[in-house]
Amino acid sequence: MSAFFLGLTVFIALLFAASLYRIVTGPTLFDRAIGAGLIGTNAILVLLLIGFLYERIDMFVDLALAYGMLNFIGIVALAKYFERKQGPV
Amino acid sequence: MSFVAVIFLLAGAFFLLVSCVGLLRLPDFYTRAHAVGKAETLGSMLILVGLALYNGAALSSLKLFLILAIIAVTNPTATHALTRAAMRSGLKIWRAEGK
Repeated sequence: MSAFFLGLTVFIALLFAASLYRIVTGPTLFDRAIGAGLIGTNAILVLLLIGFLYERIDMFVDLALAYGMLNFIGIVALAKYFERKQGPV
Repeated sequence: MSFVAVIFLLAGAFFLLVSCVGLLRLPDFYTRAHAVGKAETLGSMLILVGLALYNGAALSSLKLFLILAIIAVTNPTATHALTRAAMRSGLKIWRAEGK
C-alpha cells in the first residue's frame, strides 16, 4: 500500500507541472489565478499522502486543514482585487 | 476495506487528470474555470473519501471529512468569485469560428 501511495503522490506532483505551464503562459491574469488555485488544492492532497507515507497522518491532517482555508482566502482576495479594475486586462 | 479505498483513490486520480487536461486544452478562461471548478472538486473529494476509508475509524478520519467539507464549499466558491471578477472586468467570452 505504501508503494501505491508513493505512486499517487508522484502522479499528483506531475499534475503540478500542467498547472505551472498554465501559470507561466496563461493569456490573462485569471488563468494564472485559477492555475494557482489548482496547485493549492492538489497540495492539500499531496500533504495528506505524505502523511500516510510517513505514518504521521494525525499531524499532517491539521496542516492540510490550515492550508485549505488559507488557499481559499488567497484566491478570494485576489478575485476581489481584480474585480475593481475596470477595462480588459 | 483497503480494496474499496484503492478504487476511490484511482477514481479521484482520474478526475484530477481530467481537470488538468481541461486546464491545458480548453480555449479560454471561462471554459477552463468550468473544468477546474467541477472535475477538481470531485477528484479531491473522491481521494479524501478513499483516504478516510483506508484510515479507518479514528479522529483523523473525522478531520479528513472536515477537509472534504471545506473543499466542497470553498473550491466552487473560489472559482465562481474568479469568474465573476473576470466577467465584471470585461473579459470576452470565447466563441467558435463563424458563430
